[in-house]
Amino acid sequence: MPALHTAGGQSLIPAPILIIGIGNPSRGDDALGPLLIERLEALQLPDVELLTDFQLQVEYALDLRGRREVVFVDASLDAPAPFTFAPVVALEDASYSSHELSPGAVLHVYHKLFGEPPPAFVLALRGERFELGEGLSEAASAHLEAALDFIAQRFSDTCP
Amino acid sequence: MNLETAAHPEGLRRVAIDPISRVEGHGKVTLLLDEEDHIQQARLHIVEFRGFEKFIQGRPYWEVPVMVQRLCGICPVSHHLAASKALDQIVGAHQLTPTAEKLRRLMHYGQILQSHALHFFHLSSPDLLFGFDSEVAKRNIVGVAAAYPEVARQGVLLRKYGQEVIRHTAGKRIHGTGSVPGGVNKNLALAERDALLKDIYQIIGWSLEAVHMARALFEQNLEQYNAFGRFRAHTLSLIRADGAMDLYHGGLRARAAGNNGDGKTIFDHVDYNHYWEHILEEVKPWSYMKFPFLRALGPEAGWYRVGPLTRVTQCDFIPTPLAERERQAFLAFDGGRAAGATLAYHWARMIEMLHAAEAIKELLHDADLQGNELVVKGERQERGIGMIEAPRGTLIHHYRVDENDQVIRANLIVSTTHNNQAMNEAVRQVARQYLDGRKLTEGLLNHIEVAIRAFDPCLSCATHALGKMPLQVALLDAEGREIDRMTREVASCSVGIPPA
Repeated sequence: MPALHTAGGQSLIPAPILIIGIGNPSRGDDALGPLLIERLEALQLPDVELLTDFQLQVEYALDLRGRREVVFVDASLDAPAPFTFAPVVALEDASYSSHELSPGAVLHVYHKLFGEPPPAFVLALRGERFELGEGLSEAASAHLEAALDFIAQRFSDTCP
Repeated sequence: MNLETAAHPEGLRRVAIDPISRVEGHGKVTLLLDEEDHIQQARLHIVEFRGFEKFIQGRPYWEVPVMVQRLCGICPVSHHLAASKALDQIVGAHQLTPTAEKLRRLMHYGQILQSHALHFFHLSSPDLLFGFDSEVAKRNIVGVAAAYPEVARQGVLLRKYGQEVIRHTAGKRIHGTGSVPGGVNKNLALAERDALLKDIYQIIGWSLEAVHMARALFEQNLEQYNAFGRFRAHTLSLIRADGAMDLYHGGLRARAAGNNGDGKTIFDHVDYNHYWEHILEEVKPWSYMKFPFLRALGPEAGWYRVGPLTRVTQCDFIPTPLAERERQAFLAFDGGRAAGATLAYHWARMIEMLHAAEAIKELLHDADLQGNELVVKGERQERGIGMIEAPRGTLIHHYRVDENDQVIRANLIVSTTHNNQAMNEAVRQVARQYLDGRKLTEGLLNHIEVAIRAFDPCLSCATHALGKMPLQVALLDAEGREIDRMTREVASCSVGIPPA
């Protein structure tokens, strides 16, 4: 079946670290996830694969295989500013039955299909406005910079 | 009694099911019950986001095929291709190169495959495998994975394969740029073709098994599946000039409501560039979503249904052998009765998935995909209309562009809008069949959702921030007055710790 790929499309053994940015670039602060991925691409962090999508679905369980660590990045209406970074565990929540899975639900699918999932975290960036066609709010821009520093520092040298 | 509007709504008891799970976006069903639990009114309300057209207006036309993908996280490829087809007309490209058209078709069949796989294996199979009123905790994909691990695994891998087709043809996994006004911006490299060829025979095999699984589920519950939410409806879809199923392009065919999808033809091979001469939309005060109807029949009698069941039943043949064989078996099954059953959408959807897999295989063996003539252009036009058969049904994009190349008007009619009245009819049938006069339970209410899910509706394309579902849900009384407003939380992660 399909091998895992880098964002550039090459087929290879998956990078140890996977960072998935979730959100719609055209919905105001919902763009925080993809924008962070865009900024991280420029840093070319070692051993890190970057993905973005509007929302998570079941097939993302396949992307988790062979990883040492997974980070889900998403805008949040609940997280304190500028962001929170917290472990996430397999969780059967209300999202299991929709076209949009939560990070915990993706881990739950992984657990049922493949066993114990890799350690995973959610980086939740505080967002304020999410209307179609809006740009990033001023506050969200600041949260993005803070999160970028945090991730860059965490993964700039991933050697154990 | 048609149950759309209660004769005397005052004093009736309201039951609301919202948001409806396992459909994209948000919908709400409201039932009005009298003191003896008899259903007096049943409505499916849909919160349809109507900011699409405004979002697109003012943008240069060449941006549109990419921008429209941001309208929907579930079927972005369908919007990408429908917009591209409309903009082909704007740039005067009336006949694409073989490479461009086949690349687009490959992308489209990848989308059909992944969308249908997700719906059958993950969103509907819990109901179908465990029963509509089974234990709620089991009625989800995790329950399927525990009881039927191979089914769940195949569902994930089928979905993934479709995504890979999209990635190779659109250039990226999401926000693809592969289709442009007048053609495509890349061909399929041999390495990409070989990567897809490696798995396609397995994908066809699994798709065929899925058709048989859908049939077996129907056979095992024959009377229930035949009768569940059954109603008569006119049908509408694109059709190829020779009558074949064609999900990418064709003329419009509409048939009158028959008992088993076998009604007389209302119109055939109609040029969709004049769709408004045949299709109009009605507004009803209790729903945000419009109600399309066939102009010749009027709003009361002219509503219709679209999507897999319509396409499989009203095409003359499917142009791939395995899918056509399964279509013939479907039409012959039980004297043809399944062709008019709401729950036969699942079976028809799997026949289409098999067709998509076969079509992908045929295209991968076509050397035109490695051609280098990618774009054509002609005389610039002001108006462009693109129509495509998206996974859920007919999708219309209609644009007008000014002399500065900016979009000044956009009109989108999405598949789920076409099915608005049909879904309401299914809800009312199920309400009559299962709920009327009975004490309502979660399992009984799930029957309503099962009927809606058969259509695989895509209800809105909204924000997906952590901690909140995208849209608030307003509760309306029978006269349309808002009496409450609520949102539904989704637990998404453990309590966060601000970084040091």
